[in-house]
Amino acid sequence: MEVFSQIREALSFAFVQRALIAGCFMALGCSFLGVFLVLRRFSLIGDGLAHVSFATVAIALLLHAQPMIVSIPLVAIASLIILSLNEKAKVYGDAAIGLVSSFGIALGVIIASTAGGFNVDLFSYLFGNILSVSGIEVWITVGISLIVVLITVLFYHDLFAITFDEDYAYVSGIKVKTVNKILIILTSLIVVLGIKIVGTMLVSSLIILPAVSALQIVKSFKAAIVLAGVFAVLSVIAGIFVSYVLNYPSGATIVMVNFVFFAFSFALGIIKK
Amino acid sequence: MPLKIIQIKDLSVKYGDIEALSKVSFEIEAGDYVGIVGPNGSGKSTLIKSVLGLIPFEGEILFQGESLSDFMLQKKVGYLPQKMSFIDQRFPATAKEIVVSGLYCRKKFPKRVTRDDYQTAWKIMETLGISGLADRSVGKLSGGQQQRVLLARALINAPQLLILDEPTVALDPQSRETFSLTIQKLNRENGVTILLVSHDAGSIGKYASKFLYLDRKVVFYGTFDKFCKSSEMTDYFGAEQHIICHRH
Repeated sequence: MEVFSQIREALSFAFVQRALIAGCFMALGCSFLGVFLVLRRFSLIGDGLAHVSFATVAIALLLHAQPMIVSIPLVAIASLIILSLNEKAKVYGDAAIGLVSSFGIALGVIIASTAGGFNVDLFSYLFGNILSVSGIEVWITVGISLIVVLITVLFYHDLFAITFDEDYAYVSGIKVKTVNKILIILTSLIVVLGIKIVGTMLVSSLIILPAVSALQIVKSFKAAIVLAGVFAVLSVIAGIFVSYVLNYPSGATIVMVNFVFFAFSFALGIIKK
Repeated sequence: MPLKIIQIKDLSVKYGDIEALSKVSFEIEAGDYVGIVGPNGSGKSTLIKSVLGLIPFEGEILFQGESLSDFMLQKKVGYLPQKMSFIDQRFPATAKEIVVSGLYCRKKFPKRVTRDDYQTAWKIMETLGISGLADRSVGKLSGGQQQRVLLARALINAPQLLILDEPTVALDPQSRETFSLTIQKLNRENGVTILLVSHDAGSIGKYASKFLYLDRKVVFYGTFDKFCKSSEMTDYFGAEQHIICHRH
């Protein structure tokens, strides 16, 4: 019963309310995109873009600007560079991600070491802190997450067709390159939101884990997206409360709850076979 | 005079310095069943990809007299891709979801799939004898069943031309025979023009009305019987011609 009173207590704090709102919306966006990215073997793009965001946060701190505002366009550009390297320069997808992400990390470290003075701030973005999300960040997160969800729903059939069979999608008249660009830009947006919540080190797990968990047990595409969304939102809610009660770091706890869902789905998937 | 479905003139494709296709020219008439064969690396799949607009090429490809970009390709051409291995066993889609995706090309943004669309999918699946698989996960189906699901997707728009890229390569002999008969029926009874790539020249001769032997350029184009009787082809193939024709 003490746990419930602690949860009730937590809910009375504005910072927990902000964390729950921002976390749930971002989780929804991550999980929706995650299903497409995982099935297209592009799931590590979240990791790569998160590393780029490390550099963009460093640039923002250097310029005394809002990290999210600076990061959104820069990470979006980096995502298009990855896509372009993959499509035009014929660099394998994982290698393209590796190229851009290592550049991002190196740039971030160089800026941090030469500029100095904001290292503590910068390194706090490595692991994020959902409980420190500000009011404006909540609004940005809710707005962008809703855009991601809305665009995913509007382009659902195109994304489905491309995910299953890109050549056939092209022959069917779907503008494959445009849809790919939309998917990757949406991913960059959601990654930037995620760095505040779980940090650059763990943001890709919010994209990958709910999708992989859902894929263990569903047989329809829509069910995979819905279930990934449910896993993601429940992970954020449970993660925030568990971290509050046990005094654990919130980002890492959210990821661990995601792992619990994965273990559960994996076991269920084996039983169903 | 029969309607020309496809006219290919001086089609050339290069991958870097390597010429995959060189000045390929031929025509396909409405109702033809054209089988394309050739050794590995002869440019069979490159030819199909060019026809579908998937890769850049030099030369001209006309569909009913219109250029590729002008032709409403997606509404008149059905396509069955080469490899079935891309169907991941864990891919979360039912057979009917895959079949109905063949209708996306007719949808305008934002695309919506209706109950009528699923009924259309069910009807085409019933025609192909796979309506019982509608709600099954596509990745869990056998190779032959998956191929029929993809065929249903290609046929759902009632295409005038059906392009198949090595459709039976992963099938067992019985599924291969059943599948080939289905394609033959589509051609003979429904009048669908067929362009089929195969590594198996013998089986092509059994079903196709025309035979195109490709080796980066057109080596032979005509009926299978003509191919077997051609002394020019005997000079080109030697004993291999006899093997191909004997299997037929």
